[in-house]
Amino acid sequence: MTISTQLATRERTLSLLGGEATDANLRRYLHGIPGIDAVGLEQRAAALGTRSIKTTSKARAIDTIIGLIDLTTLEGADTPGKVRSLVAKALTPDPGDPECPRVAAVCVYGDMVPYAVAALGAAHSAGTDEGVNVAAVATAFPSGRASLAVKLADTADAVAAGADEIDMVIDRGAFLSGRYGQVFDEIVAVKSACVRPDGSVAHLKVILETGELNTYDNVRRASWLAILAGGDFIKTSTGKVSPAATLPVTLSMLEVVRDWHRLTGEKIGVKPAGGIRTSKDAIKYLVTVAETVGEEWLVPSLFRFGASSLLNDVLLQRQKLTTGRYSGPDYVTID
Amino acid sequence: MTRLAVPKTYKLYIGGKFPRSESGRVYEVVSKRGDFIANAAKASRKDARDAVVAARAAISGWAGSTAYNRGQVLYRIAELLEGRRAQFIDEIVQSEGLNAAAASAQVNEAIDRWVWYAGWADKYVQVAGNANPVAGPYFNISVPEPTGVVAIVAPQGAGSLVGFVSAIAPALVAGNTVVVIANETMPLSAISLSEVLATSDVPGGVVNVLTGSPAEIAPWLAGHADVNALDLVGAGALDWVDLQIIAADTLKRVFPPENGPDAATPSLDRITGFTETKTVWHTKALI
Amino acid sequence: MSFLEYAPAPESQAILNLRSDYGLFIDGEFTAGRGAPFQTISPATEKQIAMISNANEADVDAAVAAARRAYDGSWSRLSGSDRGKYLFRIARLVQERARELAVAESLDNGKPIKESRDVDVPLVAAWFFYYAGWADKLDHAGLGPGPASLGVAAQVIPWNFPLLMLAWKIAPALAAGNTVVLKPAETTPLTALLFAEIVQQADLPPGVVNIITGAGDTGQALVNHPDVNKVAFTGSTSVGRAIARSVAGTDKKVTLELGGKAANIVFDDAPIDQAIEGIVNGIFFNQGHVCCAGSRLLVQESIHDDVVDRLKERLSTLRLGDPLDKNTDIGAINSAEQLARIRELSDIGENEGAERWTAECAIPEDGFWFAPTIFTNVSTSHRIARDEIFGPVLSVLTFRTPAEAIAKANNTPYGLSAGIWSDKGSRILAVADKLRAGVIWANTFNRFDPASPFGGYKESGYGREGGRQGLAAYLKPGNRPGQRSVAAPAAKPQASVTRAQSKSKPVARKKAAK
Repeated sequence: MTISTQLATRERTLSLLGGEATDANLRRYLHGIPGIDAVGLEQRAAALGTRSIKTTSKARAIDTIIGLIDLTTLEGADTPGKVRSLVAKALTPDPGDPECPRVAAVCVYGDMVPYAVAALGAAHSAGTDEGVNVAAVATAFPSGRASLAVKLADTADAVAAGADEIDMVIDRGAFLSGRYGQVFDEIVAVKSACVRPDGSVAHLKVILETGELNTYDNVRRASWLAILAGGDFIKTSTGKVSPAATLPVTLSMLEVVRDWHRLTGEKIGVKPAGGIRTSKDAIKYLVTVAETVGEEWLVPSLFRFGASSLLNDVLLQRQKLTTGRYSGPDYVTID
Repeated sequence: MTRLAVPKTYKLYIGGKFPRSESGRVYEVVSKRGDFIANAAKASRKDARDAVVAARAAISGWAGSTAYNRGQVLYRIAELLEGRRAQFIDEIVQSEGLNAAAASAQVNEAIDRWVWYAGWADKYVQVAGNANPVAGPYFNISVPEPTGVVAIVAPQGAGSLVGFVSAIAPALVAGNTVVVIANETMPLSAISLSEVLATSDVPGGVVNVLTGSPAEIAPWLAGHADVNALDLVGAGALDWVDLQIIAADTLKRVFPPENGPDAATPSLDRITGFTETKTVWHTKALI
Repeated sequence: MSFLEYAPAPESQAILNLRSDYGLFIDGEFTAGRGAPFQTISPATEKQIAMISNANEADVDAAVAAARRAYDGSWSRLSGSDRGKYLFRIARLVQERARELAVAESLDNGKPIKESRDVDVPLVAAWFFYYAGWADKLDHAGLGPGPASLGVAAQVIPWNFPLLMLAWKIAPALAAGNTVVLKPAETTPLTALLFAEIVQQADLPPGVVNIITGAGDTGQALVNHPDVNKVAFTGSTSVGRAIARSVAGTDKKVTLELGGKAANIVFDDAPIDQAIEGIVNGIFFNQGHVCCAGSRLLVQESIHDDVVDRLKERLSTLRLGDPLDKNTDIGAINSAEQLARIRELSDIGENEGAERWTAECAIPEDGFWFAPTIFTNVSTSHRIARDEIFGPVLSVLTFRTPAEAIAKANNTPYGLSAGIWSDKGSRILAVADKLRAGVIWANTFNRFDPASPFGGYKESGYGREGGRQGLAAYLKPGNRPGQRSVAAPAAKPQASVTRAQSKSKPVARKKAAK
């Protein structure tokens, strides 16, 4: 995305809103969207979860999952060594099987971006479609409680260090108190901070922190708000708040993405993050994506899993499919 | 010198009005001893048809009124009946050949039954309905609702007032409207009660009274597609099995005949018998 | 290969241990019927599953006699708590054999295994568990103290939910103290016969549950048998009407659960994604073989196009095929006859000018199948808007105001169920009040629970199944002299109320029989 398309996005949004992105205009728009009945949503998600994936479909699903993972470390105790280890795992998930695909990206705190970039070396995608991306969380992640100037500096810093993707958090306090305009403006501002000197733009994932938004109606409105403001991805959670990603919440966000596509023809990405630990769970997400927005969404530019422990479980399943025997934790590497 | 009395013309009661039979027919009502008392209108199938139309039109207002309101309207019938005791005692003495004390006891009983049923209007739903603890996130409740238009063959034996009241009151409690074929040989108290109803707060069309031959009219009501239920309480002497068979065509709810002096004894079953249980589910969710 | 083309995930049939022939289950034993046996087939393959006995009148007689003996000899003398214990046993046995029952049901009926596994069979167990607890609490069933059982119950059930309908019938009947003779539908006898094995495993006294198989004439003989005290029927309105006629003048207590043409009303403020799911579940659940199916979609005109678009998109993800595949959404139509009827009515819909749309899906070569179909531009006078199709066919109509929605919803001789979709609570409650239907689902559809009464208004039948009301359908008030005399009980002499008996009207009864 370039600056000119960004302007076009803004124009379209203002025309949809029928005016400037004020609290009142946004409120009118967001509250005009049909509501969600939680019981029905959860039932639909549960039904999708009962799909049974076998044999060849399962092998395909498992490789798809690996290719969609943002392998993540977001700890206060992170070190360059830890990040290098993570990158090694991202590049060679299963040392015993060279056919095993790479993950989509590594996701780290902003100050760890240089180490990740260095560790990736030639494998760093750096704006190409090949290789592994570096994603950085920014904007005073995970709480987002900082001034806009600090959030923008946080973002610009990570982009300058070579981050391909920025995972920002929205101001949940502002959202819950109805200051939609402020949330909107911050997303727009962060998006501007994603612009590199050459005019290219880091991809922006907007973390809604659905566990704090609490209701499905809020999640749906926040999803629309993030997309209207120019987010490339909407992401459920930081992983620091419980509940993080759930299937119903992700389904409701996929429905927004589907409706946005119907409305504008534009494809927005979705990233459930936090709490997805088993390949069985991850397959449910794949099914949900496929049956809600279609299989064309199952590519790294439109769907990601934000996870750390998921990868090893998927690898165990992969080994089981390859060898026909159940594997064990000593046969996959810790990062 | 005795004053020359002014006799009453006994007519039908349909849609809150007192028409003669469209057929122009009447029949003689005689006393126990066979003396002429009056000419009553002899209702035809077309009168029955008109009565069903009136009853259907009255449903939404009557069933839609609050239970408290329906209870008060029914109670008011008792009040007015109390005020016209003398007339009813007179007619019962005349047509049933009872002494004044027995006639008075019958009127008392009729009044008390109105009072008893009136009190049920805002309670039967609580007794017959219930919340249902379903295994899921749902609010779920079952409530009885009126069945609709109820056609009734009133008891045909002695106790012409109390039988008539006992047949119509329970159907009215729930919000049904009724088309009732009165006691054929002793119709006077039914018609006089219609006059009470007309001056009470019961909306026109809620109660429609046909006098005449039950054997002639009942099959038309049993077969009428816009009648939802059939109370054969007073049809024991008719070919009531045939009536029930006719009623099966539109799957009407049917009460069988009851014989004996305690026919249509007041009971909650008589109220709930012409109700339908409606169950409503609604999702429940905090988020 | 598309990811959505999941590799087949068939449920194993190895769990089934079927016999090649099944007898009638009378007096605790399987015995051969005296009519000509018939085959039951899988509607998905048209292959024979087993040969089934055919009960003639003598067999019906034997079954009713066994039920009568069991009623007089053991069941009516048993304590409520012991009856309850037997029912609890049955509930547990159903849970233990749940997968086997689900596979058998899908095989015989054609419904997707995910429905038989996740809906039918769990509800069967729940039904027995619920009514088991009622058996020793009949005083609280709403009929006053000491209510009495009726005697022998004749129960005839349809093919759309074979085992579930069996549970709806048998559980309350036994809890109330009755014994039963049940006839499953001709095309779906299998799970009822497996249930007979469960009855044996539960060690129920012989004759308490009798299961006889056969066609319509067997059912007719059962319902008309002079020694049955209760008739419970679920099926078509035309057969229900015939039963209502045939029991006229008798003392048989009757419950009829008949057809429907439910309106599913979608207001413009509906939670749209859930409404779409509800519409799909409303009409395509069990291939639309559901008496309470939401077969008439009433959608507010302002959102009609959007709803239809979304619906079509959603239907394109439905997977039609092998009922035993865990990923199948739409299974087989139960019989060739039913398929013919669905085709006929759909063709009529097209000829009457409604616009037909069918989801693209591959139809297997063998078996009976009908792809999910939507008719738009339907008006209230079209037959597809009035007749029960009992298949995966949805008729879409529009309305402009809540009053119009209610009027159109009620404009049918049926009155079984209805759906309402709106975010506005007060409107939902007001609309629910005005709909003339026995079950109203608001922001959901096709939910069932043993605690929740189910049954219709108008020509959808009478009586309720489920809940306290469903129990009362198998009871009569106890003998309570004076209990009902209210106004002045003490002063009145105890005159007996006698309901006229058929015996006093032999001529009329005879008429009823023809």
